Amino acid sequence: MTDTTFAPARPVPVPIGELLPWAVFAGLILVLAIYFISAEEGAIALFNGMYVHEFVHDGRHLLGFPCH
Amino acid sequence: MVGSLLLRGMIAGLIAAVLAFGFAYAFGEPEVDYAIGLEEQKAAAAGEPEEPEIVSRATQSTIGLATGLLVYGAAIGGIFALVFAWAYGRVTALGARATSALLALAAFVSVALVPQIKYPANPPAVGSAETIGSRTSLFFILLVVSIAAMVLAVALARRLCAERGAWTAGIIAGVAYLAVIAVVLFALPPVNEVPADFAAERLWAFRAVTIGIHAILWTVIGLTFGALAEARLEPRRRHALA
Repeated sequence: MTDTTFAPARPVPVPIGELLPWAVFAGLILVLAIYFISAEEGAIALFNGMYVHEFVHDGRHLLGFPCH
Repeated sequence: MVGSLLLRGMIAGLIAAVLAFGFAYAFGEPEVDYAIGLEEQKAAAAGEPEEPEIVSRATQSTIGLATGLLVYGAAIGGIFALVFAWAYGRVTALGARATSALLALAAFVSVALVPQIKYPANPPAVGSAETIGSRTSLFFILLVVSIAAMVLAVALARRLCAERGAWTAGIIAGVAYLAVIAVVLFALPPVNEVPADFAAERLWAFRAVTIGIHAILWTVIGLTFGALAEARLEPRRRHALA
């Protein structure tokens, strides 16, 4: 039995040079998205008003972020 | 390659968030309603005027909750995929599925479990408005420290692995992680702003739902992304096992 397919080679890492730009730009946008769900118009606010806070209110409480 | 993994991570996050929404709506919303009822009772008893409703409860508990969970799910799924893209083939010799599952477990412990042990979720009516600044700072400080401790623990396990083998290296790194977390949890100031008349079992139910939501999110992300990433990274292995 030739079972070479059952011994997969060690996984090949993704080159750092390819990963870095994605990590920086996508990472930044994704962290910003989490900020709007978790903290905007709570302890700190970029916008005036309470609409974002009130709209995601239940999700913020149930995800365990300090809401108000 | 990275773009394709990122997309798969965000899709896994969205799938996880849909399931988490079902759970949160069924088991979390009754607890939120209980807390808001209590809050309104107290305000009425104190003769305070009713607060204007910017967003209706019906919207908050459905579209609002879904938006919050979907955005959060897609975001953590995407970040998870980026961390995976670094860890795959570097941290262990494991395949895509196993790497994804282990990474999700590490994320659940460091992102959800550890911060929630010290600063558990609070329903509406718990927590005073004056301390939201300090409570938010403490929460995010603990979150960052917890993630950093996990990264260091994984780095320690990697270093020890060659000499002592994966099993012993894992135990040593795990104990080191627990020791660091124990010290940090002990050192950070406690927050306790639960009103005396808030039913203990309702508070416990609320906090259990929070842990449950995170457990659903990370389990589904870990398993779904593992399968999606394997299809992209290891098409040969898929054939071999089929």
